[in-house]
Amino acid sequence: MANKTKTVKKIKGLSLQVLPFSEIEELTIAERVKKILNLVLGNKIVLLHGRLRAEEEARLIEDTMALVDHVKNFKGIELAVIEPNLKDKNIFTKFKYGLAKSLVGDNALTVIGPASIIKEIKRDPKKIELMFN
Amino acid sequence: MIQILKSFSKRILRILFGRKDNISIGFYGPPNAGKTSLANKICKDWIGEELGIVSKVPHETRKVQFKEKVEVKHKGKTLSFKMIDTPGIATKIDYEDFLKFGIKKKLAKKRAKEATQGIIESIKWLDDMDAVVVVLDAAENPYSQVNITIIGNIVARNKPVLVVGNKIDLKKADIKKIESAFPDYDVVGISAKEGKNMDEFYESLFKLTRDI
Repeated sequence: MANKTKTVKKIKGLSLQVLPFSEIEELTIAERVKKILNLVLGNKIVLLHGRLRAEEEARLIEDTMALVDHVKNFKGIELAVIEPNLKDKNIFTKFKYGLAKSLVGDNALTVIGPASIIKEIKRDPKKIELMFN
Repeated sequence: MIQILKSFSKRILRILFGRKDNISIGFYGPPNAGKTSLANKICKDWIGEELGIVSKVPHETRKVQFKEKVEVKHKGKTLSFKMIDTPGIATKIDYEDFLKFGIKKKLAKKRAKEATQGIIESIKWLDDMDAVVVVLDAAENPYSQVNITIIGNIVARNKPVLVVGNKIDLKKADIKKIESAFPDYDVVGISAKEGKNMDEFYESLFKLTRDI
């Protein structure tokens, strides 16, 4: 077998910002999106505990596109929502999840980052991979 | 159960007051999935002319384009609707991606600018649709957030949705993957380019508009 040396590329720096849902809960759609995009424009990868509603995600895309037009070197965002997959779980597990959700909030996690840093978010039902530029 | 009741009440209203005139059906999806190819195929089948230009370069459609009246006849039934083909929705636009296709820098930048405006326009038009056909590339991973966001927004607006897996002529195409990604929706696999499975598509199109 050929003697190949595996190398791991060093990541120079990565800034993650955890955003508890409570921090955006009281905000309007426009304010929520603005807060998220301000963090992304600061080259931060936002980990939002919870998820945005469908119309908020659409607004996020709309405002992102408006920014791509106006902010130099801003190419847009990468976005992914990770949720526990309950499709094949039994009713007891679903009930437990529903109860936990009502007690501590949504178990989903939303990852939003600048497209200049995150090249792609690969996802399927079992895993999520962040590919960096 | 709620869905069954909703569908039943819509049908009763339709019997009493008739179908809504001028149904608008929107073609949505990510860039390069074949929305315009499908719109062209339908137009060629029923009007004899194409709707828009298609190309391998993403974001070829950068403005909403439509045909005021398309009349589809299938198994003795007729469906008349306004067909709206929308620019592909994406979360990022990089003009450098267009350079790879041999487009000059100035034109690539112009294309990127138009593409961002097209995405905003697509989202704004969603409220005007009565039903939506989501066109996905069957050879691509369907679990992208853009696909989920598009379908989520259609559902949140209570509009019927049909998921089309286009490009089934490609070796990599996997319609089962789309079905398992969106188990709650009607999924039909087609090749707009080769005209494969269009009968099943038209059948699904009639089903989609049944309760409007």
